[in-house]
Amino acid sequence: MAVLSIRDLSLEFPIYRGAVKALNGVTLEVGRREIVGVVGESGSGKSVTSMLAMRLLVEGSYVVTAGSVAMLGTDILAASERTMLGLRGSKVAMIFQEPMTALNPIRKVGDQMVEVIRLHRPMPAARARMEAVALLQDMHVADPEHILGTYPFELSGGMRQRVLLALAFSCQPELLIADEPTTALDVTVQRQVLLLMREKARQKNTAILFITHDMALVSQFCDRIYVMYAGSAVEDGPTAEVLAAPRHPYTRGLLNALPDRVPSRAVIEAIQGSVPDLTSLPRGCAFAGRCPLAMPACQQRPPSVSVDPAGRHHAACWAVPGNGSGA
Amino acid sequence: MSGPSLLTLQDLQVRFPVGMDWLGRPKQQVHALNGVDLEVFQGETLGVVGESGCGKTTLAQVLIGLVKPTAGRILRQRPGGGAPTRMQIVFQDPQSSLNPRLPVWRIISEPLYVQCRGRMTRQAMRQAAAGAAAQVEIPPEHLDRYPHEFSGGQRQRIAIARALVSGPDLILLDEPTSALDISVQAQILNLLNELQRQRGLTYLLISHNVAVVRHMSDRVAVMYLGQIVELGGTAEVMRAPRHPYTRLLLESVPQLGPAVGEDAVSSSTELPGNRQLPSGCFFRDRCPDARAGCERPQGLLPAAGGERSVRCHVHVQEDPCP
Repeated sequence: MAVLSIRDLSLEFPIYRGAVKALNGVTLEVGRREIVGVVGESGSGKSVTSMLAMRLLVEGSYVVTAGSVAMLGTDILAASERTMLGLRGSKVAMIFQEPMTALNPIRKVGDQMVEVIRLHRPMPAARARMEAVALLQDMHVADPEHILGTYPFELSGGMRQRVLLALAFSCQPELLIADEPTTALDVTVQRQVLLLMREKARQKNTAILFITHDMALVSQFCDRIYVMYAGSAVEDGPTAEVLAAPRHPYTRGLLNALPDRVPSRAVIEAIQGSVPDLTSLPRGCAFAGRCPLAMPACQQRPPSVSVDPAGRHHAACWAVPGNGSGA
Repeated sequence: MSGPSLLTLQDLQVRFPVGMDWLGRPKQQVHALNGVDLEVFQGETLGVVGESGCGKTTLAQVLIGLVKPTAGRILRQRPGGGAPTRMQIVFQDPQSSLNPRLPVWRIISEPLYVQCRGRMTRQAMRQAAAGAAAQVEIPPEHLDRYPHEFSGGQRQRIAIARALVSGPDLILLDEPTSALDISVQAQILNLLNELQRQRGLTYLLISHNVAVVRHMSDRVAVMYLGQIVELGGTAEVMRAPRHPYTRLLLESVPQLGPAVGEDAVSSSTELPGNRQLPSGCFFRDRCPDARAGCERPQGLLPAAGGERSVRCHVHVQEDPCP
């Protein structure tokens, strides 16, 4: 059974005379113990998807127009706030991009950790503190006692993110949603934090939904990958397969746009134009306007079809053979 | 590089006071730059790479005059004498570096307005702005629009046009693409390369993104804690890094490719604070090869037979190539 299963989800934020169509039919699944990467540029809907899965978007600011979200067998869209409180933190944990804003700046790290631990597992404060020390030791923090006595601003970004990771794993969650967990960190620290995250996830049988804009990170740490564009997943499959043989023109464009792939100073194959305006999306394929392969069929939204015999690699494009475009 | 030198930095140091006591004397100092020696040659792109807090941005700010150096000299000598080297800068975030209340043509021609006030008509300034805009592919009918009407990539094009308009000798690019998406980043990098080819520009490119620096620059300077730890031809440094920090940095850069092995271990690395500078070699505490001799401060030593210099007495001469 999948830990997280999102089916054909569409969501919009109503604004004056219209709506920002943030998600347009996202289908996404995270299996047990799986590390799934979601890549996309800004505005592709990757963060909105994760925030909705945790029901952290401000109630009333958004309208779900279609689709369903099931997490650990719970229908998230219909769940009561009480059910959500039971899920959040204990069965499903989340870590955010900016570790500074996720911690309370005026309380010591130790007090915050003790509070979270006791919230989910009632125990005496002294024992919770010992638990906190053990958790930090698990994260290879050299001097946990000292860290517990500090305020968040005294810690480096990498240390803060490790504190949050320790908290996220404190309740043995079945799913960890990591929304750009290392974007605010330097590369040397980033590698450390991600290695740590994966190590703990494998140990504790936690699945990870890893949201990032960095293709290279996904290639190194994820089992499966979803590529998002303008609010829908345009391609998904096993990481190595998607990166070796991308089928959607957007995925191909994204990979070609990386400066690492061309000789120094050579012209990089950039994707022309920019991301479409989410308030007035084209009726058909959202990528058609920038696509080198655009054809008349692109006036209709392409369905996501399997492109390999095993049925694990999918792309939503009319140009993919087998998608009945006659092309 | 072949070209003559445009800019020379000699032992540049910048310290910021933090926390004053009741007499207004600083209690501590942030050591942002701790002796930077660097030369920029005409026609080249010099990349400066390093992690946050290593002084990259302070370096740009000192060069453009936004921050006064605490010690050291900046020589802006131009080949053939005459006026000192003229510089312009493109900032990281095009959202906050463009005045939201000015139309695009006014933003682009602002350097001319400052430099030639009274000697240039409004019409001439508009013309100059249109010329610069055309080079960065901003259509002329957009000249009367305001910055909020453009996407991030287009805003960065406007910032580049503003840097071009006064015909500078050297353009400082301070993280020019780190606020942009990958597809747009590629467009901007292509544009910068194209402009350099057409106009023989000189760039000082500051970035934390190793891939961008590798793609763009002829020479690269790796910075660590306010010092240059390795300097040399980009291809050479990237292929066979010598300073232990350069190696750590290059190893950490995520690369497209097979997954990192499940047994990979994370070396514990924390950047030391820059309030209290470490004694001896700044990298000593994190260095896997620390040994006797590292407790002395390290100078930037020239490696034999090349334009490479390395701030490490252990690795300066050896060729670590397997």
